[in-house]
Amino acid sequence: MRRLELGHINIKDIQFGPESKIEDGVLYVDEEAVKAIVLEDEKIKSCKLDIARPGESVRITPVKDVIEPRVKVEGRGGVFPGVINKVDTVGEGKTYALKGMAVVTAGKIVGFQEGIIDMTGPGADYTPFSKLNNLVVVCEPVDGLKQHDYEPAVRFAGFRVAVYLGELARELTPDSTEVFETYGIMEGAEKLPGLPRVAYVQMLQSQGLLHDTYVYGVDAKKTLSTMMTPTEVMDGAIVSGNCVSACDKNPTYVHENNPVVHDLFAEHGKTLNFVAHILTNENVYLADKQRSSDWTAKLCRLLDLDGVVVSQEGFGNPDTDLIMNCKKIEAEGIKTVIITDEYAGRDGKSQSLADADAAADAVVTGGNANQVIVLPKLDKVIGTLDYVNTIAGGNEHSLHDDGTIEVEIQAITGATNETGFGYLSAR
Amino acid sequence: MGRLKGNKGSVALNRPIFIKRQTGENMKADFIILTNNPLIVEKLGQEYTVEYEDISYEDTLKKVRDYIYKGHELLTHPLSGSVKPNETPYKSIMISKKVQRLNQDSVKIIEQAIQSCGKFEFKSDKYAEDVYDDFQYIDYTLISSALPSATAW
Repeated sequence: MRRLELGHINIKDIQFGPESKIEDGVLYVDEEAVKAIVLEDEKIKSCKLDIARPGESVRITPVKDVIEPRVKVEGRGGVFPGVINKVDTVGEGKTYALKGMAVVTAGKIVGFQEGIIDMTGPGADYTPFSKLNNLVVVCEPVDGLKQHDYEPAVRFAGFRVAVYLGELARELTPDSTEVFETYGIMEGAEKLPGLPRVAYVQMLQSQGLLHDTYVYGVDAKKTLSTMMTPTEVMDGAIVSGNCVSACDKNPTYVHENNPVVHDLFAEHGKTLNFVAHILTNENVYLADKQRSSDWTAKLCRLLDLDGVVVSQEGFGNPDTDLIMNCKKIEAEGIKTVIITDEYAGRDGKSQSLADADAAADAVVTGGNANQVIVLPKLDKVIGTLDYVNTIAGGNEHSLHDDGTIEVEIQAITGATNETGFGYLSAR
Repeated sequence: MGRLKGNKGSVALNRPIFIKRQTGENMKADFIILTNNPLIVEKLGQEYTVEYEDISYEDTLKKVRDYIYKGHELLTHPLSGSVKPNETPYKSIMISKKVQRLNQDSVKIIEQAIQSCGKFEFKSDKYAEDVYDDFQYIDYTLISSALPSATAW
């Protein structure tokens, strides 16, 4: 049996102070210490820190990543293995997470796309990150830095800051603790006889600059479909390198708190046996798609599964991976539920996905990313509005004279997340 | 080689159509990159076969469709990346050099991709000048991500 205790350190506010510490649920941040961590990378010229709290009249844009600080206090490895800490298998022992807060990285990498987090108003309802106290890190690159150098610089800066803040919790006592237990293949079959064997198949965006995901530090486009113990992701085994199409990309925060993993654990040992977390990619090359989906179906069969939940990441070509996975897994006699989002046009009348098949008869949607929303003018912008007209879902009329913004919800970070990490619901 | 400017997505009416086919040194590579992104000619044209034409995103997909109906196989997904049709003006797609029987999977994927263009507002011509360089660069990284697999055998 493998066991991970996840301690929650509740953070009810963030304030700047002379010393970084957590006291009575308040995270005090030494601004200069954090800036020094960001500026360890010589590719970053300057950085600005800001705090955005739920309900404040603040808009953060363009968002690159959202990260929950965590620290490994017992067990092998450290958080973000192969990225910040050395490569070692994680997912066992004890980890503390700073709940109710996040590190948000922002900055212009390319002159289009990227996301919005509104801390109040109608836009706040569409992004789960409006409910968090956010420490926003805005990074400026050195002059002349190319996009492919700037992107990893900001990505790693966010992780370094998150690890620094997570360390502040190492000696604290958690406010609450969740326990996650998993079994080996044989052990699980013996301990949970009669329960359906279920796995989670997570598709990872893997196509190029601003379209990449890393597993233990490895670029997912260079991987074959593989599997992990479902707790590994809670220690940062998967990190995000993509933010293009903000509504349906998984920031690192979503990987750490993946709701499919969480909800399958909630039923583990009761209505199902949560056997494994299978990872597969979404490459550009069609033979890669075929190979990866072949391997996914093969792993599902090897594990003698009864059912899988498949989640997608992104728009367009991943629809093809999604349907390939669904068809091939169903062909092995294994029931599938797929989670996607929709691009059904502004009127909602167009074909939602770029691929379909009769095998995909159990589908969960994260919403229609083309849905139009008007965001009110907010008092403060962290980042810049220069790019609002050019982010996905915006147009030349996006930024009105009165300061309101008319965009499709695809511009909002996490609005139609395809792991179900959001607030849109038909209920 | 001079930098080709490339069009910004408006359909090239009343303009001479510019087609440039450049066959690079890597003759073993069994594919053609069809593109409307001038950066691809610059970056990949020396090594691979690149066919550039100054046309729109949607017309690039339709051109790929025409090749597929002639028996070329689609090798990369036409909706690669998350930058939407009608948002980015640029698209690069890899097809086989070899002509065989009509590939039904290729037909299905390209037809669905063309259909999906209609769902997005056209705004490819509304960006500041330097944003087009970013669009070209992202398209270049997307098609480049296919090269290790495409040249592996």
